Formats: sequence, structure tokens, C-alpha cells
Amino acid sequence: MKQTISVLVENRAGVLNRITGLFSRRAFNIESLAVGVTDDPTVSRITIIVDSGNSVVEQVEKQLNKLIEVIKVRTLEENTFIGRELMILKVNANNKTRQDIMTICEIMGAKVDDISPTSMTMELSATPEQLDTFQAMMRPFSILEVVRTGVIAVQKGGGKI
Amino acid sequence: MNGAQALIESLLQEQVDHIFGYAGATICPVADALKEHPEIAYTLVRTEQNAGHMASGYARISGKVGVCMVTSGPGATNLITGIATAYMDSIPMVAITGQVPSHLLGRDIFQEVDITGAVAPFSKHSYLVKDANDIPRVVKEAFHIASTGRPGPVLIDIPIDVQEQKLKGEFSYPEQVNIRGYKPSVKGNELQIKRVAEAIARAKQPLICAGGGVWLAHARDELLELAEGCSIPVVKTMMGLGLVPTDHPLNMGMVGAHGNHCANQALAKADLLIMVGTRAADRAMVDPVDIQRRMATIHIDVDPAEIGKNMQAAIPLVGDVKVILRQLLDRDIPVTDSATWLERLKDYRKAELSRQFPRREGYVFPGTALRRLGQRLEEDAVVCVDVGQNQIFACKYLPQKSGRLLTSGGLGTMGYALPAAVGAQIAAPHRQTVVVCGDGSFQMAMNELSAVRAEGLEIKIVLFRNHTLGLVHQIQSRSPYHGPFGVALDGSPDFETIASAYGIPSITVSDEDKLDGALDSFLGEKGSCLLICEVHPDVGTND
Ligand SMILES: Cc1ncc(C[n+]2csc(CCOP(=O)(O)OP(=O)(O)O)c2C)c(N)n1
Repeated sequence: MKQTISVLVENRAGVLNRITGLFSRRAFNIESLAVGVTDDPTVSRITIIVDSGNSVVEQVEKQLNKLIEVIKVRTLEENTFIGRELMILKVNANNKTRQDIMTICEIMGAKVDDISPTSMTMELSATPEQLDTFQAMMRPFSILEVVRTGVIAVQKGGGKI
Repeated sequence: MNGAQALIESLLQEQVDHIFGYAGATICPVADALKEHPEIAYTLVRTEQNAGHMASGYARISGKVGVCMVTSGPGATNLITGIATAYMDSIPMVAITGQVPSHLLGRDIFQEVDITGAVAPFSKHSYLVKDANDIPRVVKEAFHIASTGRPGPVLIDIPIDVQEQKLKGEFSYPEQVNIRGYKPSVKGNELQIKRVAEAIARAKQPLICAGGGVWLAHARDELLELAEGCSIPVVKTMMGLGLVPTDHPLNMGMVGAHGNHCANQALAKADLLIMVGTRAADRAMVDPVDIQRRMATIHIDVDPAEIGKNMQAAIPLVGDVKVILRQLLDRDIPVTDSATWLERLKDYRKAELSRQFPRREGYVFPGTALRRLGQRLEEDAVVCVDVGQNQIFACKYLPQKSGRLLTSGGLGTMGYALPAAVGAQIAAPHRQTVVVCGDGSFQMAMNELSAVRAEGLEIKIVLFRNHTLGLVHQIQSRSPYHGPFGVALDGSPDFETIASAYGIPSITVSDEDKLDGALDSFLGEKGSCLLICEVHPDVGTND
């Protein structure tokens, strides 16, 4: 089962290294990982998605907590958080296909960032599942490049970790 | 004041009185600063790994943080095994490494290695110091992290230019540490304490399994008080050995794959298992799933990550073991109704203690030698045990009084015993200090006889000479393997001559009838002594 772990860490060199190192040596698999500084410049937030059972996730959480530079760890419960991922996708496009691509973009809410006689580049911020759908819809046009940021997440409501 | 002087000043603030180390170019400024402070003694090892083991032995006996210090590159990489060994056994240690100049970091210059990166998987924390003004804070934090919560080794890597850098203003040592991501739990949750007390009161066949965490928390007295107060028998893991003396009526010996039969019988029949300061690792708890299924379990440990890692305990209790045991004792748990249980265990125990060892003409059986050695040791002796058959025999059969048995339990590092004994005796010069090792493990560390000699130590070394890497020989002699390979210790030196080259006398014994006399002269020797027991190479740990 996919689970989302939100981690607050010291914004310092080497911290990310310790976190990813922990995952590899304990044989925990990372699906995605996204890092960015928070409103407090000394703190970064890392959102990690793991695809594992509950007991593994509990161990991940405890092992993360043991790292000195980890300030807080929370596994976000399903449906209690907003999770988004950004994708930038480039496809082959010509006079014949451009309109069809545009239609899909409109349906999915993707924004066109760049266009050339032979290609189109779009961005879409959505849930990972929606991105998967968009990507699948673009595949017939022949995708040139895709880049995804990994999910970032915050809890719904007034709560914070 | 420069960074190196600030480092020494900080170590003095931490009451450091001994450093185990090895010299090298990138640690010279620190050596220069240390030279001015004879109140910190220094032992030069013969290979860096042993600086780690000495610091470990020192820490385990003094109860303080052990300190080792080496140069960059090969000095640092040689120390790695010492750090990993300490990590696996949760030994409080601060390791200081010199590093190449900070502006050249990352260029692979002479003797540069990324040591903080290399030790990340098996250190509690590490620092690469980039500014000398940070040194007092870093040292304060390092000692705090190494010695609190679940203890462990912390590395401080200091580039040579930072050691030479002048500090801004006066040296000042922080009063307190404030690390927002590090707040180990101390007190146990009262509700859980209540549940534990109730479970103990209900149990008919309770059993305590005590591990190294009890030693680390200095909670031996509390453990005994709980066991005695509630009449609960105790098995120990390898790291918990010595917590309950062998002749204590509640002692059931060492549990696990290489443990005493009586301990494993007790574990097989208990209805409540109280694990205290143990991670319930594979060697001690061979089949955790089966244990969970058969009995109620309580797990008391300072490290929340240990709860549920190897075994899912019914009642987890996180916090400092000493504090938690005190909380439990304050509850006046009724004496459990365990009379029948204790009676039954008494028979198991008797059978184990009267176990007959095999005899072979021209050889000494390790179990026999260790039993007789143990009877002769002083009340608070420190016995440092190596790895291999010698470790299993000593852990199973060496009678323990109120002293210590130090061994590398988690990593099983051959060559641990002698350097650990050096550190232990430096920490407690008046305690009888004994080493038990095999001819393989002794050859991994015998260069440290120099430290024994230089420091004028009195260490009694028992060497079981079987001319082979015994434990591996034993494993290879059984299915699925097809016989020993690559384990014969051909070309080994004459250990008597080696010892005498260091000014240490030796006694060799190959006849069990002469064992008592040999042990008496060995232990009666003023100063260090080597006792070589001739052991048949085919001896097995279950014989
Ligand atoms: C550093 C290290 N290398 C290899 C091993 C694997 N190993 C475990 S026991 C053992 C044999 C130990 O031989 P010896 O010291 O002669 O003791 P004995 O088993 O004969 O008592 C070996 C090689 C180890 N534990 N540590």
C-alpha cells in the first residue's frame, strides 16, 4: 500500500544523504521523494512515498526519528491530506495532432508551456493518479520527455506536523 | 586559541582523561595541543581498529564515553571496524578523525576519504566541522548524543585547517545542548507501567530476558531487585551476561542459538517474557514469531525502533531502563505465584551446571578450563572474550560473580578482546582483567601487547590453541559443507616466544590433571601472563 510520510529536517548539508542512506541500508523502497525548504529557512520538509505494509512503514518512521537531524516524522493517513505532484511532459505534435492534444489538456487542466512546429510541452499539477492518466493519454502522440517532481503533501484542515 | 586547542579544552570539559589513538599528518595540530595537557593520558595503539576497541573497553568499565583519535584516510578507514563494533553493541564513544584541508575536500587529495559518509550506516551521528568556532558546541553535542538515549559512537571529522584556525574571542563551552530532533524518552508511560505490573502479577511462569541495555543504563541493581522481589527467573543475552551471578538462584544462563540449554528450556516454557534492554536479535531469539504466539511479551527499551523490529511485543514500554524499572518497583508488584515454575527450573539449572565435559588425552577442553578459571577469579573481575568457539564456551560456561564479561556481541569482531581489556584496565586499574581468545583472534590483535607493556598493565590472557579457526572449522565440518577449508592456522608463531618478546611469561597446558596448578600459577603471576591451553581442533561447542 502506498503511504505518504512527511518529515521535517534540519536544512543542512548531508541530511538528505542520511535519509536516503537509511532507506537503502534498511532495504526500504522509496517510490518518490521531494524536498524543499519551509517557511523557517532552517527547516526543510521532505515528502516520501513508500509502497509497503504498515509494519514496514512504522519501522521507517521510527528509524527516521532516530536520525539526529530529523525533527518530526508523520505518516499521513489516507484522505486526510492534499498530495500533489508536478509533471512536465513533451510530446510530438503537428498540424494534425495539435488540436487533439489541446482537447486532452483542457479536460485534464494541463497548461501549455511551449510549442514548436513539431512538439508541445505541457505542465500539470495534480494527484499522481491523474498524472498517470494524462501521461497515458499522451502516449499515442509519442512522448519525447517526461519529468515528475514526486508528491508533496500537507494535511487538510488547521493541523500541522 | 586555535581549533585544536579548543578541541582539547572541550574534551577536558567533558572530563576526558584518556585518549586511544594513532598519529598522522592531518591530526598533528591536535597532537600538539594535547602535548600541553598531561592530564589527558594517551595510548598509542598499533592499528587504528584497536583504538576503537580500547575506547570501547574503557567506556564499558568506566561508564564514561570512550575517546579515540586517528588521522585521515587510512587511519580513518582502519578505525571503521572499531566504530561498527561499538555501534552494534551501543557503546558510548566519540571518535575524532583528522581530515585534509577543507578547501581541498572532494578532490581526492592525498589521504582524503569521506569518513563521515563511510560510517553513516553504523554511527549514531557524525560531524564534519567546517569552522573552528563550532568545535565547543560540536563536542558538547557529540558527548551528549553518544552517552544518552541508546548510546553509540559519534564521529567528529576535523579538517587540518580548521584545527589551525584561530577562534573568534574567548573559548566558551556551552552549558546545555539543544538539538530539536533529539529528545530521548526517559520516563515510561504510566499507563503502560500499570499494564506491565498487572501482567507480571498475573503470570505463573514469568521470565526476564536481560540484555546489554541494562548494563548501559546502569540498572543491574534495579533488575535484581525486580527479579528477586517478584521471584522471576532471568535469562540473559550475550550482551547481558554477568547481570545475574551464575550461582544466583534465579539465574538461568544465556539464552539463544549458542546459549545454555536451561535458558532455552525456560524460554520454551514461560508464559510471560519480560525483555529488558535487549533488541531480541536473531542469535538470542531464534524464533521470535513462535515466542510471540506462545506467551505474553513485554518489551522495555530506550530505543522505540527496537520495539516491533524483531519481535512484536504485546506491551511495549519505552524509556530509560533504570527509570522504568524504578517506576515498576515503586508499584509494589505482588510476588508472583511462581513456586512450581521455579522448582521446575531448578532441575534444568542443576542439569546444566553439572554437565560433564568430554576429556581427551593430551588436550584441554575449553569448558573445563573456563569453569575452573571462573572459580578462581576475583569477585569483580573483568573478562574480555573474543569471538569464535572461545566466545561461545566462555559465555556458556565461565562462572560469573559480580564482575563483567565484555565481548563483541553484535558484530562478532575477532580481535576485540585484547584491546578491550587494555581499555578496561586503564579504566579500572585495580580490577583483575582477563582475556579469553582463540589462536586466530589473538593473531588479529596481538600487536597490542605493546600497549600492555607500555602501560605496565596486568592482563591475564587465556589462549585456546586449536591451530584452526575453530568455529568456522566446526561449521564447515557439518552439512551442507564438505569439510574444513581455509581455516588451518599454518605458520602461526610460537606464542610463548611472542609473549616473551614483550616481556610476558607464559604457561602451556595440555593435560587436564595439570590444569589447576597451571591456573594457580597463571593467576598468581605478578603482571601479565599468557596461558596457552592445547585444544583439539575437532572440539565442538555442543560437546
Ligand atoms: C574480523 C572477523 N573475521 C572473520 C570472522 C569470522 N569468524 C567467526 S569465528 C572465527 C574463528 C575464530 O577462530 P579463533 O579465534 O581461533 O577461535 P576459535 O573458534 O578457534 O575458538 C571466524 C574466522 C569474524 N567473526 N571476525
